[in-house]
Amino acid sequence: MIDNGRDAIIDLSYLVATICFIIGLKQLGSPASARRGNQLASVGMAIAVLATLFTRGMENHLLILLGIAVGAAISVYPARTVKMTAMPQMVAIFNGMGGATAALVSVAEFTHKDVIPRGEGISIVLGTVIGSISFTGSMIAFAKLQELMSGRPIVFPSQKLINGALFALIAVLAIFVIALQDVNGARTLLIVLFLATLALGALLVLPIGGADMPVVIAILNSLTGLAAALTGFVLSNQALVVAGALVGASGSLLTLLMARAMNRSVANVLFGAFGAVQGGAGGAAAEGGEALPVREINAEDAAVPLAYAQRVIIVPGYGLAVAQAQHSVRELADVLSERGVDVRYAIHPVAGRMPGHMNVLLAEANVPYDDLYEMDDINDDFGKTDVALVIGANDVTNPAARSDKNSPIFGMPILNVDEATNIIVLKRSMKSGFAGIENNLFHDPKTTMLFGDAKDSLTKLIAAVKAA
Amino acid sequence: MDNSVLLGAYVFLLAIFLGVELIGRVPATLHTPLMSGTNAIHGIVLLGAMLILGDVDSFVLQLVGFLAVILGAANVFGGFVVTDRMLEMFRKKPGAGQKR
Repeated sequence: MIDNGRDAIIDLSYLVATICFIIGLKQLGSPASARRGNQLASVGMAIAVLATLFTRGMENHLLILLGIAVGAAISVYPARTVKMTAMPQMVAIFNGMGGATAALVSVAEFTHKDVIPRGEGISIVLGTVIGSISFTGSMIAFAKLQELMSGRPIVFPSQKLINGALFALIAVLAIFVIALQDVNGARTLLIVLFLATLALGALLVLPIGGADMPVVIAILNSLTGLAAALTGFVLSNQALVVAGALVGASGSLLTLLMARAMNRSVANVLFGAFGAVQGGAGGAAAEGGEALPVREINAEDAAVPLAYAQRVIIVPGYGLAVAQAQHSVRELADVLSERGVDVRYAIHPVAGRMPGHMNVLLAEANVPYDDLYEMDDINDDFGKTDVALVIGANDVTNPAARSDKNSPIFGMPILNVDEATNIIVLKRSMKSGFAGIENNLFHDPKTTMLFGDAKDSLTKLIAAVKAA
Repeated sequence: MDNSVLLGAYVFLLAIFLGVELIGRVPATLHTPLMSGTNAIHGIVLLGAMLILGDVDSFVLQLVGFLAVILGAANVFGGFVVTDRMLEMFRKKPGAGQKR
């Protein structure tokens, strides 16, 4: 009787937690309520964790609490202190941890039973496969974003063959594990399957360029959600199923939205590097032949057109994030506004390393929300603009995306920076952007280049504008 | 196929549709926080890790379960904290200045 009451309370707690997730997710979709939404979801999580702790027949409570404490200890400090610029890799690493959890849960669940019914077997195998792909894939994404390894696509001979063979191996193993049902016979197979999918996850992400990591993280995020839902099937826990499925669905939709913003298909993002190997090499050789001229400028000279402009559009990119220059850029905008210059920001949907990356950074520096314009809302105004100030953005301004059919980014919508009367580009060096291609904007006769760290350059510009 | 898996499949399908509806029209500004927020929510897999660890005796499985609990908890705590920090910045302007 008492135990029944306890079960009912636990089940109801899961229901409440699920409602928290649903409403929280809804609130996350609007700027005004987003923070509350996140907090509500975390309350739901706390309820669900507590309910699980009190589940009947649970042992090892101390070990569980210790594990939660360790997990909190290793994650909260970096999450609190990480620079806003490093957010994408934080999301990647936390996502990888979730994927690993799902895979470990699936493997452990399989191993500690004797006979696995077929329905559960399918869930376990899929949970293992998806969880471990998400884990190693996220770790590679993290390494690329953290620049622990090259952000360039990594391709090597017979990569397709190896991936194909690995995929076939995984498919065969999966079928055997599900068909066998007898755990003792299948245990080794499942562990081999686990290791093979770990390898596949890494191999799938290696050939994807750093610029595409946002889409990759969105996909992996969605996959981890699915893996979580699958463990819910096995454990007959509906809270797990619902929360996992919500993430899986919203993550897939987010992936599509992001791929659409780059005018590319998800398949092209994932497998584009394979086709591009030969074409890319040829293109690079052709570019290398002729050194195109660029006009360099110093801060004092750059300040003059800015200070006497009527309309300025600031185009921020990853360089702004790297240099932590969001406060400086706002200061420059303030100084210009005081002089009566109309300053606006043009935000390309994939500027930076994640969609919305620039919005988050500029919001941190208290740039008014109304000054930020999305690409479609501002693109027609570049023609009426005196100065376009490009700060560490590259590929999203490359006119080749409009004109050069051979360019790897052909067809991607870009900001029409080249239509402005003057273009000032703040950039560290002439190194090409993440896509690794030449940007003809920098060789445009209207363009002047101010080389250096974006924050330093902006500080000098601010002083020079004040003096002008 | 046993009933619990079938029931799970129904719930799963409904939740998929719900997930798509819920974030159907999200402004690009919120894509990153949304991704981060959903990232924290899938940390729910921590529950699975807890249920496993609470149910196993052998040393190896306890080790696996313990590791899973750590990783799942890190996903949950890290995910929510990072998301909160991102969203903190979407407040209305608290006046000018605020520098780090």
